[in-house]
Amino acid sequence: MADPKNPDSEKIVDPTAAGKSDLKSEVKKPVRKEREVPTVPVNLDEKSEQLSSFLESNCPENISALIGAEADIVTITVDKNNLIDACNYLKNDNKLQFNYLSLVTVVDYEAISETFELNYHLVSLKFRQKIAIKCNLSVNDLSIPSISKIWTTANWFERESHDLFGVIFEGHPNLAPLLLYEEFEGFPGRKSFPFHDYQEW
Amino acid sequence: MQVSQSKINDDAIDLMINMGPQHPSTHGVFRLVIWVDGEKIQKVEPHIGYLHRGSEKICESESYNQIITLFDRLDYVGNLNNELAFSLAVEKLMDLEIPERAQYIRVILCELNRIASHMLFYGVYGLDAGATTPMLYGFRERERIQELFESVTGARLMHNYIRIGGIKEDVESDFKDKVHKLINDLKKSVDECDDLLSNNEMFLVRTKNIGIITADEAIDLGLSGPSLRASGVLEDIRVTDPYSIYDRFDFGIPVGSKGDCWDRYFVRVQEMRESIKIIEQALVDLPEGEIITPIKGMVRPPKGEVFVRTESPRGDLGVFVVSDGSDKPYRVKVRPPSFVNLQALELMLRDTYLADAVLVLGSIDIIMGEVDR
Repeated sequence: MADPKNPDSEKIVDPTAAGKSDLKSEVKKPVRKEREVPTVPVNLDEKSEQLSSFLESNCPENISALIGAEADIVTITVDKNNLIDACNYLKNDNKLQFNYLSLVTVVDYEAISETFELNYHLVSLKFRQKIAIKCNLSVNDLSIPSISKIWTTANWFERESHDLFGVIFEGHPNLAPLLLYEEFEGFPGRKSFPFHDYQEW
Repeated sequence: MQVSQSKINDDAIDLMINMGPQHPSTHGVFRLVIWVDGEKIQKVEPHIGYLHRGSEKICESESYNQIITLFDRLDYVGNLNNELAFSLAVEKLMDLEIPERAQYIRVILCELNRIASHMLFYGVYGLDAGATTPMLYGFRERERIQELFESVTGARLMHNYIRIGGIKEDVESDFKDKVHKLINDLKKSVDECDDLLSNNEMFLVRTKNIGIITADEAIDLGLSGPSLRASGVLEDIRVTDPYSIYDRFDFGIPVGSKGDCWDRYFVRVQEMRESIKIIEQALVDLPEGEIITPIKGMVRPPKGEVFVRTESPRGDLGVFVVSDGSDKPYRVKVRPPSFVNLQALELMLRDTYLADAVLVLGSIDIIMGEVDR
């Protein structure tokens, strides 16, 4: 409210000044509380706990992997230069035997940290274990070794990722477009692609 | 079919045959380029993407409950299984407790959906092999199941019935009787279908020892579901990595021995019987009570990522969801079983005859809506 002794005070009020007890401006611009975003708690079951501790003590040093966890799955973060070594280790180690590749995903974090994150979800059919390999790519260098020679499953997933995100898989047998057509320009999977404004015709 | 000739080397002329993209035996808009030497297939090249709608990308701009309708349209023959997979992923992110009654109804409907999907496969596969009658039988049974779905969910195909935290609405009071009657009929008709086609001499000749894939190859190619089990690998996510309430039921996992077309067909026929067993047990235990855990306001899972594997009629259906804490997911990625299984086609078709190409393709049971997303 304006000061009754000074009728002009209402006009003088600077709306941008902080800390004013001016009721009108408070009604007009309610200060919204920043919502606190909780994170998913890590909740590993016994098997995954064992896997996590096994990897922490036995993972070869040259891979320099970072063992972590997301929700209920053990994750192993590696540099892209060590990806092939890490895959070979996880597949061929007698106590791990991750022989089944389930999924290859690209997650676009370009706007947040200028990286693309690759997720490889592996399953061990023998020991009934799950693990995710994570690998961060800088937006300036989107090349990564192809793992399609280790698990053939990766072949089409990598082609699809190349199509939609422009990630280049080195050593892939055939990176021709899979879901899109040859002349398509741009990478529609990326957050920066004008997806809803895109008009083909 | 278009045919063109190209000279690869001096002594042999290879014929390039273009099958699809619009061909009744390709089960959708799918193109297969085949190079043959005489009648033998030399090389094939699958072309997909004709049905690519960018479903995963559309998910990023929809709220969580809206996405369920998009999942209906991925595998349009096993809709409820797809809805379940996405709901499970979000529920795991939010750490939600699902009411018992909702869990049981979900399982009953999902297993019925599995039978409906396999019935469609049965009919269409018979047709692929040149037998017209199985299609009439298969579609008749599938229609019965869809009538039940219509009475429960209100829609024959795109149900939009499973919600995050439970199900849309409770079933009617005569649900138990209806399902009892349905599975009694189905038991008879599965036997009937089995008698009609499985040991038919002509069918055996057409499907035995064709499109063989060994267990090691199947695992390396990431095959899943009936296609993987036909090669003799004992892997069913309902048992090996149980989700929902599947660990409470007693049922078998049918496996094949050789990994040929007939094994892939017969595993599915046997699976229908196992699904009926699950439904019977679930009907006995079906409790009364709540059907959904209420969520206040919009569905806003906490920040994080989750990967869920489920067993859809076609195989390992995985859903990977990244949440940034808002009411829309940051990234959704589906692991479509048909997409991965289709990769094996090149290997399955090596050294087979051109006439078998349709049968081998049919035995993988692909749904193009899921392959192209």
